[in-house]
Amino acid sequence: MSDDLRELYQEVILEHGKNPRNFYASEDATNEARGNNPLCGDQLVIYLKLDDDGRVANASFLGKGCAISMASASMMTEIVKGRTRNEAESIFEAFHGICTGEEAGHKLSDDLEKLQVLSGVSAFPTRVKCATLPWHTMVAALHGKDEISTE
Amino acid sequence: MTSQDATDVVPSYDVDAVRSDFPILSTTMHDKPLVFLDSAASAQKPRQVIDAVSSAYESEYANVHRGLYKISETATANYEGTRETIRKYINAERTSEIIFTRNATESINLVAYSFGREFLEEGDEVVITELEHHANIVPWQILRDEKGVVLRVAPVNDDGELIMSDFEEILGPNTKLVTVSHMSNVMGTVLPVEELIQRAHAVGAKVLLHGCQSVTHIPVDVQALGCDFYVFSGHKLYGPSGIGVLYGREELLDSMPPFMGGGDMISSVTFAKSTWANLPHKFEAGTPAIVQAIGLGAAIDYVTDLGLEAIGAHEAELLNYATQKLSSFDGLKIIGTAPNKASVLSFTLDFAHPHDIATIIDRAGVAVRAGHHCAQPLMDRMDVPATVRASIGLYNNRSDIDALAAALADVQELFG
Repeated sequence: MSDDLRELYQEVILEHGKNPRNFYASEDATNEARGNNPLCGDQLVIYLKLDDDGRVANASFLGKGCAISMASASMMTEIVKGRTRNEAESIFEAFHGICTGEEAGHKLSDDLEKLQVLSGVSAFPTRVKCATLPWHTMVAALHGKDEISTE
Repeated sequence: MTSQDATDVVPSYDVDAVRSDFPILSTTMHDKPLVFLDSAASAQKPRQVIDAVSSAYESEYANVHRGLYKISETATANYEGTRETIRKYINAERTSEIIFTRNATESINLVAYSFGREFLEEGDEVVITELEHHANIVPWQILRDEKGVVLRVAPVNDDGELIMSDFEEILGPNTKLVTVSHMSNVMGTVLPVEELIQRAHAVGAKVLLHGCQSVTHIPVDVQALGCDFYVFSGHKLYGPSGIGVLYGREELLDSMPPFMGGGDMISSVTFAKSTWANLPHKFEAGTPAIVQAIGLGAAIDYVTDLGLEAIGAHEAELLNYATQKLSSFDGLKIIGTAPNKASVLSFTLDFAHPHDIATIIDRAGVAVRAGHHCAQPLMDRMDVPATVRASIGLYNNRSDIDALAAALADVQELFG
């Protein structure tokens, strides 16, 4: 098996894919958005609860997709919790850079280092959208949009 | 042309010789010999087709139907000659019943636009099935929203077969068109089209068969079938992309208004009024896909030389081998288990998503399709988000299936 496959499907990703964190529909979400990749059929819903200061008090998701999209969504809900809107968006920018292999200028801070395990996706151009769909959807939810499509 | 284990009854051909006709089959993908199991999406092209296309461009290219010089006459003769090749291939009565389009999707849209807008009215019913490709769903939804026709969907069972009793129940005096796949692109199910056509005609409905998948595996005789329309794409039939076919019975096509207006489809034009060309050109506005049509002619010649019966027998044997080989895999579920199926093997693994499977086996040189196969309603019906689809062409062999099985072991190693 090739090294880039082992790099893509690291243990952490497989584990998140099998046992996604925060995998439920939030009853008290203030913002939610549906993400859709019409090319492959992946669909997910991101639920955010924003507090009065605009911080993400809670984040969860539901959906069906490949190991990459499930793991990315799972890790994302863990990471954005407690962040402000702007922080969440700039984490996405940095993460996007990692996924497309344009990470120069997007050095991840230590507490975001765990997202680095998804960097293997940069060797698989057709799979980048799997990793970024949850994040695009999260940003849409932050902006009060209720739907986003990768196409 | 016989292979070692061929019997007298089953026609066969030398698969190794056939493979050497397809240049791409001797290339590599990720440094592994290419194992191409995605012919249901688009088939590879033999040297004969590639040469026909090159030589048409190199020595005989000009626009058709208008040039008063030798190479235009030759190009016209070659282009129109393909119409006769297609007529023979599906046994249509006349070449005027063979309309060139871009692909099967355009053929269906042509019928929806021209036949649908002219002859269907509010409350009229169009019947499709649950296993349709989006190409045979969306054009009818557009027509429904515009004209108020009713779209009825005949269900399939858990094996992926059409439930005949439900289909019959849906038919009635309001049914004006039954438009169904001859063969499922996802599950390989071959539909009992003779019976469907009989039932549909009994209530006075017209029938369109979507033949993209079937036309490469099953001999088609549109006159014996009695269908009113038959559509297919060239690129799945080992020909170029950008060329497709609409067959329609002449009296129907004659009664239908043009689909697009422009050059080549007129008889005369003044600012006050234009009149239409005769069939088939009434439906072929603008410069057509000349060389693609010529390439399709070469592809049909190639398939005809091998013989569809021999191709069908070879593919059936391989499908059987693949089904047995994959069935022994822990956690593998085959989607589409109709007794009457051809050439397509869709499956899921309970420990890995189809996209992950496709990515992993791609690295082993194996090309399959993963996703919803442009049949999202069928995915919902079979209760899967997506499937992996291995589809078999006339050039595949047992080594291809063995390579697929070996690559699936990699998936098991990572995910199992």
